[in-house]
Amino acid sequence: MSAADLAAVLPIVVLAAAAVAVMLAAAIHRSHGLALWMTLASLVLAGASLPLAASEQPRRVATLLTVDGYSLFFTGLILAATFAVAVLSYAYFSRRPGNHEELYLMLLLAALGAVVLTGSRHFASLFLGLEILSASLYVLVAFPRGRRNIEAAVKYLILAAVSAALLLFGMALVYADLASMDFDRIAAASAPAGTGDLLLAAGLVLLFAGLAFKLALVPLHMWTPDVYQGAPPPVAAFIATVSKAAVFALLLRFFHPLAIQSHANLYVAFATVAVASMFAGNFLALLQNDVKRLLAYSSIAQLGYLLVAFLAGGPLAVTAVSFFLVAYTATMLGAFGIVTLMSERREAGSLENYSGLFWRRPWLAAVMAAMMFSLAGIPLTAGFIGKFYVLDAGVGSSLWLLSASLVASSAIGLYYYLRVIVVMYRRPLAAGGHSRTRPPLRPLAGGLVLALVLLIVLWLGVYPGPLIEIIQKTAILN
Amino acid sequence: MYPFQDQIGFPILSVMTFLPTLGGLLMLLFMRGRPTLYKWTALVTTGATFVLSLVMWAYFDRYTADFQFIEKVNWIPRLGTSYHMGVDGISVLLILLTTLLSLIIIPASWNYIKDRELGFFISFLVLETGMLGTFCARDMLLFYFFWEIMLIPMYFIIGIWGGPRRIYAAYKFFLYTLAGSVLMLVAIVAIAWLARPNPFAAPVFDLDQLQNAVFTINVQFFAFLAFFIAFAVKVPMWPVHTWLPDAHVEAPTAGSVILAGVLLKMGGYGILRFCLPLFPDAAVIFIPYILILSLIAIIYGAMVSLVQKDLKKLVAYSSVSHMGFVTAGIFAFNLIGIEGAILVMFSHGILTGALFLLVGFIYERLHTREIASMGGMATPFPIAATLLLFFALASLGLPGLSGFIGEFLSLLGLFTYNKAMAVIGAFGIILAAAYLLWMYLRVMFTGLKDERWHELPDFSLREVSCLAPLMALAVWVGVYPNTFINLIQPSANRLANQMAPYLAEHGNFLSHLFASLGGGS
Repeated sequence: MSAADLAAVLPIVVLAAAAVAVMLAAAIHRSHGLALWMTLASLVLAGASLPLAASEQPRRVATLLTVDGYSLFFTGLILAATFAVAVLSYAYFSRRPGNHEELYLMLLLAALGAVVLTGSRHFASLFLGLEILSASLYVLVAFPRGRRNIEAAVKYLILAAVSAALLLFGMALVYADLASMDFDRIAAASAPAGTGDLLLAAGLVLLFAGLAFKLALVPLHMWTPDVYQGAPPPVAAFIATVSKAAVFALLLRFFHPLAIQSHANLYVAFATVAVASMFAGNFLALLQNDVKRLLAYSSIAQLGYLLVAFLAGGPLAVTAVSFFLVAYTATMLGAFGIVTLMSERREAGSLENYSGLFWRRPWLAAVMAAMMFSLAGIPLTAGFIGKFYVLDAGVGSSLWLLSASLVASSAIGLYYYLRVIVVMYRRPLAAGGHSRTRPPLRPLAGGLVLALVLLIVLWLGVYPGPLIEIIQKTAILN
Repeated sequence: MYPFQDQIGFPILSVMTFLPTLGGLLMLLFMRGRPTLYKWTALVTTGATFVLSLVMWAYFDRYTADFQFIEKVNWIPRLGTSYHMGVDGISVLLILLTTLLSLIIIPASWNYIKDRELGFFISFLVLETGMLGTFCARDMLLFYFFWEIMLIPMYFIIGIWGGPRRIYAAYKFFLYTLAGSVLMLVAIVAIAWLARPNPFAAPVFDLDQLQNAVFTINVQFFAFLAFFIAFAVKVPMWPVHTWLPDAHVEAPTAGSVILAGVLLKMGGYGILRFCLPLFPDAAVIFIPYILILSLIAIIYGAMVSLVQKDLKKLVAYSSVSHMGFVTAGIFAFNLIGIEGAILVMFSHGILTGALFLLVGFIYERLHTREIASMGGMATPFPIAATLLLFFALASLGLPGLSGFIGEFLSLLGLFTYNKAMAVIGAFGIILAAAYLLWMYLRVMFTGLKDERWHELPDFSLREVSCLAPLMALAVWVGVYPNTFINLIQPSANRLANQMAPYLAEHGNFLSHLFASLGGGS
């Protein structure tokens, strides 16, 4: 391994080393604050190593990993989101009894797995990355070790194991057909095979199913609401953002050169999943009375939108997906951030907890409203530009049915986003009672993260130009 | 080159559009908990915006249909969209209406809101930015941006500061409008892609370029429909008007004024600006259906107004009727009709705004809006009675006041298109006289209902001065409409000329159709 190779994978090395360091530090001296600071420092360090890695890109490291603008862009997104989750976790766990240092260890490992996914170009690294990510998530979901958490974790564990089996079987079929586990060779070999190749088609569908589980696409979405509800809110934020962004980045990298649009059967299968996700997510969200479950169904629908861009294909699709994922990540972090801060003393999942929030804590309510508007895709927010970009890609490729489904289902979705806002602006029942129960915004750091997320969401909504420039320069798939 | 090239070397449209939001931001950051200070700031901000709009009017060259005060800078170049602002006569007229009404509602709600006043005033300032931006935007995406931005403050205004059923009304308002406008968004993206000069170009959102693009009849058909539904909800046309009475009844007075005065005009403006010039072939196909819907709106709105028990609901339904003249005038497809439609929009903004203010002021005294519990109010409130009489007469189309001229021209336009339809439309004016005069009779005369009203004060100087400019304007438009007709003439003329060949093409088919209806033309 040359020095250039090392520089290219430096973010991964930093994350792996940091995980070990946090573990050792926890063994010597248990301190929640120390673990947090070490985590944040290592994330910043990994972020600082990105330019160094960028100077070596594009580069293939061994056979397993590739470092290019695309992987580095998503690495940056993952590091930033993990940073926010770490700060929110501190806000959430600092008031709860027990030792919390291992949480940061797991968080770093999960981020490591996610980063490996973005750079993987081989089935082996794909599976390694995915399993590092998943194994850390099982622990993270169960972390506060309450009954609900453990239930959610076990549910996640069992279903994730099934999906891993699907994924492996898919890989095996593809390997049996093309005798390669390398993405480039698969793309090259599958092109002339065309649509008639049943073995390959079955393999690709199973692969897609395995990844679709992680993305919570219909019909593999069942775990999402339970896990989101059972997990601590910062962890749910991590699952909703980092885990999905990394897996989607991988999905796009693998399927993009295969040009699924030209495979009629695959295309119909994927399009059905997209439409079903959009409608099922939005319709089921209408029935929820728990904010975390509502966000879970909302994320199902959002990933359905993203599939529209994925199916559109072409260079516009890559830009649209990248932008949408940034907007989605920021918005989801903001929404779960509110849930985190609301859960200072006890879990604030039920929508009732948010009743009259505007009159008690106007800033929290304002941020939550902005996040809901962003998820609904109202202008001035990042969510609008993201959705617009996806629609642009869909219409540009003449995917009329998918574009129409996107618009129709997001019109339905509007109803439940508004419902959250309406609940927050409901007047408190007992007049004057609200001034008494007005706790100060305790962990200041959590508030700062939210303010930052709000700024990003608004900034991307008003002036997305710079980010689009960055995406078009870096996130390129050929 | 400067990004803006206009008469005065100053980006007046942007300054005017964003000044209210800037004022709102200052209020939010520095004036929390100081009501007197932030109310005055709101007043000064809207006042300055109004002055800017007057300056713009003064420098506006009314002899050309070209867009003026153009500002154009890159916004999201990769998406093919730019920050492109510009106004023609139609925009200028509606901008003047917007800035005037926005200025008036600030003193009108001086003491009205007791709860979270700061948020209330900031919402209106942000709303003003959205409205002005919508009238100035020359880029489809920018237009959509401002169009949607208007929704959010209005949603809060109804949902937070509204009446008892405010949540329901706010929902309904938001969902109706948004359901319409997401359809429009798809159509915007679709035509932006189809209008590309070559397959490798970025989508085209700029209106100057879109205007030159030619779309096939199939594209036009669906795009027109998508745009038109979005605008028809806003107008609102029968049968998508049902959000309007709820929204008006629940909204606070100032919200109703802006809703009726400006937001409804967005629909007519959108039809004039986008539906006709971009999709002329499709527009011609839809003429008969839209005219029939407009006539239904005119008659139905007026008849429903007749039976209303709630004063505010009566004014709300009368809006449906009046706005029917707008769509009827536009789709008469000739210069007179289009000018009439624009004047109806302007005059309706003044008069209905004033009527909602009057209803609000009366409600603040009596704490009821029920017509049956009023009566004999002319004795204790002579000033209120005079003002209500003035605006009721103007609204029912008394010659010499603003209501008459627009509806007259609109009907005249319709008459040259089809005589039978104009006759049906004219019944709307008769019905308007009926419901307004009957309302006046029941509210102001027929015996004093409550002796205690004698102890209540009549309209204060603040309230009268809110209504006085609207009164002056109503007389101005009624007596000397040329000031305003000249302003819109070039743009209306261009539009009418643009549409004329299409109408001639389809004319035979249509006259045949209407001959069978007994009209002929």
